[in-house]
Formats: sequence, C-alpha cells, structure tokens
Amino acid sequence: MTKTWVTPGGVHPPENKHQSLTLPIGALPIPEKLLVPLNQHIGAPANACVKVGQKVLKGQRIADATGAVSVPMHAPTSGTISAIEDRPIAHSSGMSAPCIEITSDGKDSWIEHEGIADFEHSNPEVLTKIIADAGIAGMGGAGFPSAIKLSPGHTRPIDTLIVNATECEPYITADDSAIRERAAEIIEGIGILSHILGNPSNILIGIEDNKPEAIAALQPHVADSGISVVSFPTKYPSGGEKQLIYILTGKELPSGTLPADVGMVCINIGTTYAIKRAVVNGEPLISRVTTMTGNACGINRNYETLIGTPVSHMLAHSEFNEAACSRLVMGGPMMGFSLTSADVPVVKTTNCILAPTYSEIPEDEPAQACIRCGMCAEACPASLLPQQLFWYSQAEDHDRLEAHNLFDCIECGACSYVCPSNIPLVQHYRHSKGEILKAREEKVKSDHARGRFEFHQQRMEQAEKDKEAKRAARREAAEKAKASAATSTGEGSAADIIAAAQARAAAKKVSPEQQKAKFERSIAGAEMRVQMATEKLAEAAAEQSDEQKNILTAALDGAKQKLEQAQARLADHIEQHQELDSEQVK
Amino acid sequence: MIDSIAQQPILAALIALVGLGILFGALLGYAAEKFKVEGDPIVEQIDELLPQTQCGQCGFPGCKPYAESIASGDAINKCPPGGQSTINAIASLLDVPAPELDAEHGEEADLKTVAYIREDECIGCTKCIQACPVDAILGAAKLMHTVIADECTGCDLCVEPCPVDCIDMLPVKEGLRQWHWPAPAKTADLIASDRAPHNDEGRAA
Repeated sequence: MTKTWVTPGGVHPPENKHQSLTLPIGALPIPEKLLVPLNQHIGAPANACVKVGQKVLKGQRIADATGAVSVPMHAPTSGTISAIEDRPIAHSSGMSAPCIEITSDGKDSWIEHEGIADFEHSNPEVLTKIIADAGIAGMGGAGFPSAIKLSPGHTRPIDTLIVNATECEPYITADDSAIRERAAEIIEGIGILSHILGNPSNILIGIEDNKPEAIAALQPHVADSGISVVSFPTKYPSGGEKQLIYILTGKELPSGTLPADVGMVCINIGTTYAIKRAVVNGEPLISRVTTMTGNACGINRNYETLIGTPVSHMLAHSEFNEAACSRLVMGGPMMGFSLTSADVPVVKTTNCILAPTYSEIPEDEPAQACIRCGMCAEACPASLLPQQLFWYSQAEDHDRLEAHNLFDCIECGACSYVCPSNIPLVQHYRHSKGEILKAREEKVKSDHARGRFEFHQQRMEQAEKDKEAKRAARREAAEKAKASAATSTGEGSAADIIAAAQARAAAKKVSPEQQKAKFERSIAGAEMRVQMATEKLAEAAAEQSDEQKNILTAALDGAKQKLEQAQARLADHIEQHQELDSEQVK
Repeated sequence: MIDSIAQQPILAALIALVGLGILFGALLGYAAEKFKVEGDPIVEQIDELLPQTQCGQCGFPGCKPYAESIASGDAINKCPPGGQSTINAIASLLDVPAPELDAEHGEEADLKTVAYIREDECIGCTKCIQACPVDAILGAAKLMHTVIADECTGCDLCVEPCPVDCIDMLPVKEGLRQWHWPAPAKTADLIASDRAPHNDEGRAA
C-alpha cells in the first residue's frame, strides 16, 4: 500500500452518501427548454455563434471561446435557438448572465462526430486542441479550462499526474457512481492525459476509503498500467487540490503556486471521463453526472444530466416535496450555495443538487459572540488562524488579512462547521476577499486615472507653452517688420520720427485766438438754443399742455446750463491767457 | 612625528577622534548628497491612497495638490469620493486619529457613477472635453461627444459646463464580475465581555 500523509485540521460531518447510491446513474427525459450560460468556467465568457431561430444539432458548437482562458459551448440536444439573453444563472448572487436557450425538438439527433481510437499515435497538441474544442472545464467545482492545465509551457516537466476522486463533501456521489459504472472509460481518459503529459512517472488516483466499491471497480483496470489507486482515511476536506497533493505526495504547495510549478497536474476524475468521450468518441462536453439528493426528494440518485437542464426539471422527476424543503443548494452542504430560483440551469461544474428538509439542514441560527475556543484553528486544513481572520475581517483591516494569508483560505467551511457560536466565518472571509480584490482593482484604476491626469496636465502645459512661443514669435516678427520699415525710409530715422511727431503735435495745437473764437461760437449756439427753447415753452404754455411744458422747461434748463458752462469756459480761457500774457510781459 | 604623538596620549586621542569625526562627517555628507530623495516621499504615499478622481471637491485642483496640502498639515477628511476608508488609510499612514468625512466638501456616494452624454442632445461645444481632467471625453467641435466609460472617474466636472444639460451621472452597473459576497450580519458583540452594561439588566433582574 502506498504511503499517505495526514493533513492538518479537517472535520467529519455526517456523510449522507448512501441515499443517492442505491440506484445506478439514471437518465432524465430531455427538458423542453435548455438554458446554456455562456460563462460556466473560470475565464472569459464564450461568445455566442448562433442566431435566434437557428436549428442546431446535438453537440453543435453554439458559442466560441474568447481568448486564452475560455471554453466553447455546445448544444446539449437538437432543437432551435429560442433566445440569447440574460437569464438568472446558478450563482450565489442570484444575478443574471448571458445564456443561450434551446427549445428541444425531442429528436436528440447528433451532429456528425468522430473520435480518435488510437490516441497513442496522435500528437499531444492535437489531443489538447480536441479537449479545448470540446469545451472541457474542470468538473470538480472550479471550472478551470482543462486544456490549459495540459498545455506545454510548464516551468518544469510534469512528473506526477494526480486524479482527484476524493469527493470528500457530504451527500455528493457523482464521481463515486461514475467510477462504479465507467471505470474502464475513466482509466482510458487517464491514459490520454498521461500520453499528453509525456507519460509522467507517477499516476495516482486519490480516493477516500469510504468508497470501497469504487476502489474495487478501478482495481482490475489499473493492473499493469502504472496507475496506482491510493485510498486514504475519510476526512473533510481532503479533496482540496493542495490537501490532496499533500496527502498523496507529502509535498506542500507554497502559497500562491500552482501544482504545475512543482511538476504536478491535478485533475478531477469526472473530467477524465469527459476527456475520454471527447477524444475517443468525439463528443463535446454536453452532459455530466449530477447527484440529486436530500430528504425533500423522494428519489435520491445520480443522473446523467444535460448541461442547461433547469434544476426544476430535475426536481420534477425526483418526487420533490417543495413544502418540506428548507432550501435548494447547488453543490454540497459545506461549500455549496443556496439557489434563489429553481429555474437556473445545471452547468459544467454542478456536481450536486441538494434539496434538504428542515430537519436535515435547518435555518442558520443567529451568530453568537466568539468565545475564543480555538476550534476553528484546529479544524482549518490550511493551517490558518480563522479567529484572527475573523477579527480583521470585521475591522476591515485588509493589510493584516493579507498578512494572515486570507487568500490561502480554500473556503471549505470546516471552521464554520465547528464554530459553537454559529459564526458564519467563511462568509466573512468571502466578503473580505471580495473587498480586497475590489480594492486592488480600484487601485489599478486609480493609478491609471493618475497617469491620465498627469498626461492631461502635461499636455495643457505644453499647449500653453506652444501658445506662448507662438505669441513671442509673432511679437518678434512684428518688431522686425517695423524696424525694417523704419530703416527703409532713410537715414537718421530717430531724428526724423521725432521731427514728424513734433510737426503733428504743432498742427494739432490751436492758437489762443482760435480757441477763443471756438468758445464764442459755442456760446452763440447755446444762446440760440435757449432762445428757441423759451419760444417753444411760450407756445406750449399757450396750449396749456402740462406734460409738454414740463419737458420743455427741462430742455430750457439744460440749454441754459450749457450756455453758462460755455460762458464759464470762455471766462477761464481769457483769464488764463491774460495771466500768461502778463507773465510774458513781466 | 608619530613617536612624539604616541608619547602624548591626549594628543593622540584628540587626533584620532577628530580624524574619525572628519571621516564619518564626510561619509555622511557624501551619502546625503548621493542618496538624496527627490521630492517629499510622504506626498507620494498620500497620493497613492487618494482615489484619483481629480474631482476637486477638496478644494484643490487634483489629488496630488491635496496630497501635498495634507503633507503640510491640512485636514485629511476632505475627500468625499475616497470616503471613510481613504480617511482611515491616510490616518494610519500618518499615525493620526481618523476624523469623520467633512460634510462641507460633499457626501460619500453609495454608488460609483460615471458620466453619460445623451448623444442626440449634444451640440458639440467641447466644453466638457475641456473640463475633463482625465481626457475621458471624445469628440470635436460641432460633432457629437461621448464619454469613454472605462476612463471616467465620475468626478462630475463635466456636468456643470454643459450648456444644454445633456450629461447625466449614471451609477455603474454591477454585474457578476463586480459582485462579491455581502458582509454577514455583525455578531452582536465582538467578545462576550464587551457587552454594554444596559444589556445586563435582564440578567440581573
């Protein structure tokens, strides 16, 4: 027996796996409408390549991958595209996202497809391309595009391939039942992976010892194949990637590294089955094994479920008792999330639909104060300090949260599970992670804005400088032109200019006599106006028009004032000249 | 020479100490010149914390001038876009108590907004383009303008100059990518002994 290591922490929640294992994997009738979300994986959403009203065949590509980290989508059955729009999807936010709705025609007719029977003789790159084109993303829960894990460009050669068949979360039996019934195909899928990765020296299937039937089903197929099935004691969460690597190899992944950095590839066992179907049978990923369980359902079993099947369709065929159900959970009771609506579709990462009764999973009890018992720290499989993280999360102390390695938290929920005060610790951590990521994003944006603002300032300054330079140049040019004009008129220009200016001033100057005459003329004019005004006033007085009289009186006053002013000015003028004259005489 | 100095320990000690003093003085002087810090590093650090909306609500023409002003002793609570979290961050950087946001300069917005130009109403006057501190408005004279939403900091500065009032500040739509888990309801008390005395009345009775 292969040696295994023991991870720190962990819990033993009731397994509740037997309910869904009494029946073999079943098939559901094809739902009338299937809803395929465009983003079921980590990375960029796929881009719809069909139009509303278009007829599609089963397995036909309906959305293309966009960018390096993305996978395409395929029609899960034949039918007509009836809508491409935002619909509520299975997400903890209950938000909507772009989906393609297919109205099934009930024929379920396949598009022409062909696989590669002898993959051993194929180029690994071709096989990786097939896996990428089949839209395969990690089916364990994260949904990371599988082809990327298999692509070359690793920092070091891959010497260990780990197949994750742990399925440590309670209730879920999708992988267990798949192994029991499809062991041969799964091993074939592992063979394909091994071929792509250049036949790594270690191929390990990690499986918990609570699945003896599955282990027994695998054993005959792995004989002489270099694959070892490693079973280890059941403990939640052994199925975490880092935890499983430690259990199987004793190697601890440093914070922030990927298995590939230490020469490993870790892949879910459900994904290996999908890879086999894609390569050998040429079928894209359009269905998966999903566990339908919980006491609110009369039938607990696994179904081969088409991607895009509404959860309500699964419930309808499982004798679902809505009144008894406390909540609908997608995923397991530890890491799953509550669904806000039963109309959301099953996606590539949906391994379980849990419909528990109130007694199975009661409503959350109100959180009490932390009593610092330290049970969370004992349960943490990542050796973090959940209590400290909880304080800092409440205080929104992002620096300390990061210093305490919040991002190494795998959100397994073991700490919340053991907390005697019912504190929803994981929700605090999830919230803080979101806040930190948001703050980082904002930081990037604000740095960008600063750059743009500085560039804007620089541009404005430059524009101002350019304007100033232009103005200076114009001024200089004007001066030059003036200077050249002056020089062209002749020699001794300065003296000429002064002489000309003096001449102009002399011409403007009027003699005292002329001035006097001007004043006298203005006096005569004013006198005449006064006379006219007086006459008009007399006429108006005769006509007895008060209004007109007032106006005319005002006009007369004005005229009189002007006359006085003119006379005063004349008097001043005469006086001044007399003084000047007398001074000259003296 | 050396012998005569050696015979006079006081002189020897004096020379040695003065010599060391000159040597280290020169070294320090050289280091001070060689590793001189350009500008005030604290201004850069404060500027890093400010939200860079360049909105001028603090009364300064941009975030950098406000950072400079804070460095020379101005109040740290004049930035409504940054809100309380920015005040807290600056307070912890400068090791001063964190005050509440000064309401005089505006209130902290719940939702981030960006400018949106109602394009058929735009007359192409370029006034908003000139007002934008981050060059996020695209357009030319007598041609329709539009806001590059990704570049908009939501500073509001373009709204006022618009002669036809065709600029709206719309909240940024929160999609799945922006969504993150909400905070769970706070536990009543951080630790049991934190409980306020009036809560104990029931127990005492």
